[in-house]
Amino acid sequence: MIRDITIGQYYPADSVIHRLDPRVKLMGTIVFLVSLFLFDGFSGYLVATLFLGGAIWLSKVPLKFMLKGLKAIFMLLAISVIFNLFLTDGTVVFRIWKIQITREGIRMAVFMAIRLVYLILGSSLMTLTTTPNDLTDGMEKALSPLRKIRVPVHEISMMMSIALRFIPILLEETDKIMKAQQARGADFESGNLIQRAKSMIPILVPLFISAFRRANDLAMAMEARCYRGGEGRTKMKPLRYKRRDFIAYGVYAGYLLAVVGVSFVFQRIF
Amino acid sequence: MGIIKIKNLVHDYIRRDEEGNVEGTSRAINKVSLEVEKGQFIVILGHNGSGKSTLAKHLNVILMPTEGSVWVNGKDTAEERNLWEIRQSAGMVFQNPDNQIIGTVVEEDVGFGPENMGVPTDEIWQRVDAALRAVNMVAYRHHSPNKLSGGQKQRVAIAGVVAMRPQCIILDEPTAMLDPVGRKEVIETVRELNEKENVTVILITHYMEEVIGADRVFVMDQGEVVLQGTPKEVFSQVELLKKYRLDVPQVTELAYELKMAGVELEDGILTTKELVEGLKRYLLREKGKDREGK
Repeated sequence: MIRDITIGQYYPADSVIHRLDPRVKLMGTIVFLVSLFLFDGFSGYLVATLFLGGAIWLSKVPLKFMLKGLKAIFMLLAISVIFNLFLTDGTVVFRIWKIQITREGIRMAVFMAIRLVYLILGSSLMTLTTTPNDLTDGMEKALSPLRKIRVPVHEISMMMSIALRFIPILLEETDKIMKAQQARGADFESGNLIQRAKSMIPILVPLFISAFRRANDLAMAMEARCYRGGEGRTKMKPLRYKRRDFIAYGVYAGYLLAVVGVSFVFQRIF
Repeated sequence: MGIIKIKNLVHDYIRRDEEGNVEGTSRAINKVSLEVEKGQFIVILGHNGSGKSTLAKHLNVILMPTEGSVWVNGKDTAEERNLWEIRQSAGMVFQNPDNQIIGTVVEEDVGFGPENMGVPTDEIWQRVDAALRAVNMVAYRHHSPNKLSGGQKQRVAIAGVVAMRPQCIILDEPTAMLDPVGRKEVIETVRELNEKENVTVILITHYMEEVIGADRVFVMDQGEVVLQGTPKEVFSQVELLKKYRLDVPQVTELAYELKMAGVELEDGILTTKELVEGLKRYLLREKGKDREGK
């Protein structure tokens, strides 16, 4: 189940999208997500599909790999489709007893499904093409104006990147603890939900203790290497906009205009 | 004055109850004085709880003296304005390789120290390149530290310290969690740094094999320096070392036992080669005696 979620995974490849500045990709994702709610018509979806399809094609991430990520939201998708399908008022197309399907309902359900799918595809495209490190760097830089209102931007991004570094270590540790407890007769598989949840305690307690110990060690190691917060810190890999990044910004502007323009024009005609 | 000078250092760990009242103190370091010259390779030996790690933490200002003073590079560690300068000139490598690597890519971790010091970007890259070369890890620069072996991780940690261009590196049991191969890798790397880059090394350990080749050895027990000298001088006192619950290297132990059994050998034999030479000399002497007897 966890392995099915492609959001947050990185797909290594060498493409234009991979090489874009993380800030550009963040911005692009936001633009795309917002744009999905700007229009309400077939034409707008056409433009959005072209834009998303183009981006996926450029990213060299196989479409199959991206679609795998949708498995995780299948339930959510099904529920929203069903609700829209049956609970929208309007011209009735089909009816059994008290259940009715309306023309507006079908339209809403289809559009809602497309919207949700595009939301997931759009955001997973960003994480698939950006390393976690680049992503935190990009967020730190993009949010740096918030420092003026005393938001600890550097600290937040440092915490995120340390968390990312320790995920595999803690997973490994969980595995080790589980095996150690199983060797001593612990049973994690049988029993009802409550019993199973209870049997997690002998895993979680040592895991937490060791995580705290690690945090203590790490803090000491960071201090020993002169870490004192973001003040006066330089970057080994500073983010600098290149030509392709400006071009990408141009493409976003073009896309937004197209989405709004096309749906406006179509609404006038039809 | 040497690069590190410790005078009458005392450190008490204070135990507190839940309200923060002092319950009691335990003395980890008791009136230790020692001096380290620039470019030396120093080993501090001691079994668990002898106070050697506490001593190391004083050299990097992670701990402050309860009494006495510590000077690193001529700067008093008790003065707060010296803090960052001291941490830069006396780098520290810890025991657990996983808990001291901050970056998600090897080269980014090595760059962490210089980034904190505010070194300009171009220079960071030069320093990272040089540091990775010094520990022989250039081939792994784009790897994730999670995929490296223990010895390699520890070498990355050393590179992270080297990139800060310290005059002195303190290694607090860097090999305690490693397998024999990793241990050898790390010790060889440290030796090379000491010889080629002339970095002062203070190695804290309880592995006797790592002592061989050091300029000076300090043996600690219950917070005090109980024995000091060259490795030869220290290891010639086998009985005293055993009293402090320390093992001597196998070769030294063998030589010691042989000597006890009546074989005439010199004190403080540290390597197999020395033992072989000593035994050869002894056998020649014995042969000579036999001839004289006939």
